[in-house]
Amino acid sequence: MSEITPSQTVGPFFAYGLAPHSRCDWKPNGNYDWKETAGANLQTPDASGTKIRVEGCVLDGDGMPINDAMVEIWQADAHGRYAHPRDSRARPNTKFMGFGRSATDKNGAYSFDTIKPGSVPGPNSKAQAPHIVFCIFSRGMLRQIYTRLYFPDEAANASDPILLLVPHDRRGTLVAHKEMRSELPVYRFNIRLQGDNETVFFDI
Amino acid sequence: MTLVFPKESLNVFPRHLTPDYRSTVRRSPSKPLIVVPHTLSELTGPVYGHDAVQESDADLTRQHKGEPLGERIIVHGHVLDEDKRPIPDTLVEIWQANACGRYVHNVDQHPAPLDPNFTGAGRTVTDKKGYYRFITVKPGAYPWGNHHNAWRPNHIHFSVFGHSFLSRLVTQMYFPGDPLFPFDPIFNSVTDEKARQRMISNFDLENTIPDWALCFRFDIVLRGREATPQDTDKH
Repeated sequence: MSEITPSQTVGPFFAYGLAPHSRCDWKPNGNYDWKETAGANLQTPDASGTKIRVEGCVLDGDGMPINDAMVEIWQADAHGRYAHPRDSRARPNTKFMGFGRSATDKNGAYSFDTIKPGSVPGPNSKAQAPHIVFCIFSRGMLRQIYTRLYFPDEAANASDPILLLVPHDRRGTLVAHKEMRSELPVYRFNIRLQGDNETVFFDI
Repeated sequence: MTLVFPKESLNVFPRHLTPDYRSTVRRSPSKPLIVVPHTLSELTGPVYGHDAVQESDADLTRQHKGEPLGERIIVHGHVLDEDKRPIPDTLVEIWQANACGRYVHNVDQHPAPLDPNFTGAGRTVTDKKGYYRFITVKPGAYPWGNHHNAWRPNHIHFSVFGHSFLSRLVTQMYFPGDPLFPFDPIFNSVTDEKARQRMISNFDLENTIPDWALCFRFDIVLRGREATPQDTDKH
């Protein structure tokens, strides 16, 4: 057995290395051809399913926008399958990876263009409602925090085995607000690190 | 092989609220985290980055017309799981200040020069043995506003993925013998002495290249170990 390497903060200066083409304004005359390993657009031409946008702000304990956070998301495809060897089911969307990364801008805003995920298997063979796993990093955070986005238009939320573990009065912090922008469904999901209406974070 | 990700392994991580690092005060969850089981959503994770990564991305001294100023160094090591098994094909990303302690990010305005021949970002994918290697220059120390006369020890930021979204790690690699260690609240946010030592690279004379570059070794251990029969019973 070997003990793990401790986490340290991502700090304020990660953008030019981890998210150079994101909304974050790290260089005013930005002309930087470093290709992103992962960006905010997860959609691939061969991905079936409903195209959606997920966006929101990361806010600190005073309700102030955090302009130096990095939001990463991990999700299944429209059929509820993960692009990972541990998910052994056949995968129809071969190019859809389900991973995205967005650094927040001066208003604390992040955004992703993606596909609405399908329902995925959960503990004891119970299905989980469609959701997206969020992992948040920031200056002032010594380790990442995890949360989940759920969709407001899903009856399956009522029986989701993870949501049911969250105190009833806090579940709402995990459910995005839907609005239509032209034909595009946009799911608004703010992440409040602290205070009233603090987002539920998971001990995993 | 079925991997499990015991939460006990996280005991060496810093607390979210570490008041000596002032920015944690308003950026740490104040309500208890909700304990939930690991589902397929957590036990899977990004297998990503290979398309974007080029071999030359691992040499931070060759990204511009000329060579950067500073001490040229090799930083290498293995990415391992808790059973000391190598983690192959995993993305390792780094970013750092230049030799003067200045980042190219426009938020860093402290009065040290930028180096037109150094950006400070690199990345690579581990090989079959979990091995990675970067060539860069040793980053300088720099001041920050946490408290009076606060300086960060020399460090390189690391971002690593591993076998699942639970093994995701962002950390910092330090250099041996740094006199700033006792005064840095970020380094000392890890309260366990042995765990702190795991963030400090080792001077690696054997792999130093004579007349060209010093070498430092930094092994990274991520969450994840093989399930025992006991673990399997629980699932």
